[in-house]
Amino acid sequence: MFGSLTWLTRILGALVLVVVAALISKRQKVDLEKDMLTAVVRAFVQLIAIGYVLEFIFAAEGPLWILLVVAVMVGIAGYTAGQRGQGVPRSLVVATAAVSCGAFFTVGALLLLQVFPYQPRYIIPIAGMIVGNSMVVCGLVMARLRDDIHLQKPLIEAALALGASQRQAMSGQLKRAMRAAMTPIVDSTKTVGLISLPGAMTGMILAGAPVLEAVQVQIIVMYMLIGAAAISGLTAAYLTYRQFFNRAHQLIEIKP
Amino acid sequence: MDPKIELRHLNLQLASGADILRDITLHVPPGSITAIIGPSGSGKSSLLRCINRLWEPPPASVYLDGSDITAMDVLDLRRRVGMLFQTPALFEGTVSDNIGYGPGLRGQAMRPGQVDKLLGMASLDDALVDKPVDQLSGGQAQRVALARTLANQPDVLLLDEPTSALDPAATLKIERSILHLRDTLGLTVLWVSHAFEQVERTADQIILLVDGEVAEAGTTQQVLSGNHHPLIDDFAAGRL
Repeated sequence: MFGSLTWLTRILGALVLVVVAALISKRQKVDLEKDMLTAVVRAFVQLIAIGYVLEFIFAAEGPLWILLVVAVMVGIAGYTAGQRGQGVPRSLVVATAAVSCGAFFTVGALLLLQVFPYQPRYIIPIAGMIVGNSMVVCGLVMARLRDDIHLQKPLIEAALALGASQRQAMSGQLKRAMRAAMTPIVDSTKTVGLISLPGAMTGMILAGAPVLEAVQVQIIVMYMLIGAAAISGLTAAYLTYRQFFNRAHQLIEIKP
Repeated sequence: MDPKIELRHLNLQLASGADILRDITLHVPPGSITAIIGPSGSGKSSLLRCINRLWEPPPASVYLDGSDITAMDVLDLRRRVGMLFQTPALFEGTVSDNIGYGPGLRGQAMRPGQVDKLLGMASLDDALVDKPVDQLSGGQAQRVALARTLANQPDVLLLDEPTSALDPAATLKIERSILHLRDTLGLTVLWVSHAFEQVERTADQIILLVDGEVAEAGTTQQVLSGNHHPLIDDFAAGRL
């Protein structure tokens, strides 16, 4: 399909461009070449490794393998989003719970509606996309809420002093955090196909699948990602603000 | 007369274990203005925050109308005990959005006449009602915050230096409103202030806090005349 080059030569061909970029970076003293080298090596090693893992799991076809892989994904995503939400008490638990919620409900719905069969070949890449998106949204929601709670403490306390519950006192901050975190995914869904062709579809077309089949899968993927991001983001928002209050609707003093 | 607010041996500690308030006992008669004065860090704001439970006092140490406030529904308590802060944190929107905030929390909408009445109680012109809050002066903003607090129909007002950032004219307007509210509605007021003249003009009684303890307490006349704590002279000279 790509002519007679071997896969290694094709990769080396693509690498030429990175080398050119690194040379420009060095010449212009942008100081990016080390980061680029690390990124190139990491991408190579990680993708080759996951390729072998997937080959093994696809061949094994056991339902437990799927769960194990998804659990590992959720764990890593929870850790990463939790790091972004540092300063939120129990941030790792909050992030992991939120990412799990998004993954559980979305993958569950897709299986229940029989959109995809319960096979590693389908579930693992889809769960990967869902978990990755949820991770970004959760990290953004948690970091934004943490910052707003510190910056807008007088406003929150003014609301509490007027008899607002913690939920009511936080309503503006919750809305803004959700909007900020969801805007990128909502915007990319709105403009999908107009500016760029999205990843899943591009991959399928490059791999030789019929275009309309690729489009169909992409539509499912976009809806699913928006749903998962919203569920994870809302769960993260709900769990995050509650870490900053006690039962008496008092803001807990936490050092930033 | 039964006190409106009573503090019985109130102690408050930070999570770090540091004492903020120590053994404070206090009777605040209904319909009175009590000035709380003292050096920075003496616990004045902490004392106010214990009375509307923005910070939790220990059980059986703060009473409102004879009831332990830690046994009350905290949201009801905060509606009954309104608070004004040093800087008026107004919510995004108009003056009328802000004034309707408290009743709105319980699903009650304000009638147009009610908003005008509350603006009047805070000595504000009712032409301001639809003005966005970011176009208000500091003095107007603080008076909107007062009107917003009054919309909950509180019987106690906690004032945490609400005039310290205002010019003299704006300060006098707030003072007049507060005195009028005490006289007409019988509001009980606890007022943290750094301004000696303000305390002289408004307070029925004075509490001097030093290092979290009551160093002096009595009617304004008792405290300002006669044999008093040396810090009272510093306060009168504007050095506190």
